[in-house]
Amino acid sequence: MKSLEELQKLKEEARQAIALREEGAKVKVVVGMGTCGIAAGAREVMSALLDELSKRRLVNVVVTQTGCIGLCVQEPLVDVLVPGKPQVTYGKVNAQKARQIVAQHIVNGIIISDWVVNK
Amino acid sequence: MEELALHILDLLENSLAAGAGRLELTITEDAAADRLIIEVADDGRGMNKEQAGAALDPFFTTRRTRRVGLGLPLLKSTAEQCGGSLTLASQPGKGTRVVAIMALNHVDRPPLGNLGATIAAVLGGEEPPELLYRHRVNGKEFTFSTAWLKTHLGEVPLQMAPVLKWVQDYINRSITELHGGEN
Repeated sequence: MKSLEELQKLKEEARQAIALREEGAKVKVVVGMGTCGIAAGAREVMSALLDELSKRRLVNVVVTQTGCIGLCVQEPLVDVLVPGKPQVTYGKVNAQKARQIVAQHIVNGIIISDWVVNK
Repeated sequence: MEELALHILDLLENSLAAGAGRLELTITEDAAADRLIIEVADDGRGMNKEQAGAALDPFFTTRRTRRVGLGLPLLKSTAEQCGGSLTLASQPGKGTRVVAIMALNHVDRPPLGNLGATIAAVLGGEEPPELLYRHRVNGKEFTFSTAWLKTHLGEVPLQMAPVLKWVQDYINRSITELHGGEN
């Protein structure tokens, strides 16, 4: 089955990438996935993040989810937590913005201040 | 919500918020009986009778607890609009089971939608839950479980982005096949 062959290939790549990555340099990305977030498009944001991280082979980034944090009007919300740096929360994120957050913030370390809601 | 898969994501998120470590999703499509059944069961902390009754009331519930918000009432109203119903059974300390039934061919029934993305979203996180997903279409069945996935992955964690991406595509492809290849 084609799918399982793909999974095996992916597993090999992941294993090599894990062996190379530096210890403790784990970035965490949190997507608000309460009813408000889901209704606003949080799942598409999560899909876009996973897709972009996969394409860039960024295995030291964990994408996780949280419930409603009471800022429903700004959903979909995305938190980026880089070790040793303050947490950054982006509001009204869509799939395209999510991809830019990966490219600019996670890869290049540049915060996209226009989209930040916790200044 | 435009897709049933988004309602399902909402239910599964409720389960995670209730501290569930094991989730079971069963979707049954039966054309002969014109029935669509969506069932989510978890081993979370559960609710007592009073809380379970209130969970279907949008206003009472949101004020009382964050455990369940507007999600259940929204799905209940969708199910009822589509000639069906929503039932909730819960036991404190044991878990919660939600069953939504609707007419498969009802004009107002939302499409199932992107189930792969829903499952991938639920499995994201540092400690992903155990999940068993069964999808039956007129007697044919597709099964996906994290236990099965882990046997293929070995020491590679399943919450890695490329793995979740694969899970999403694999589930969507399998369900398309289950529906006879059409999208």
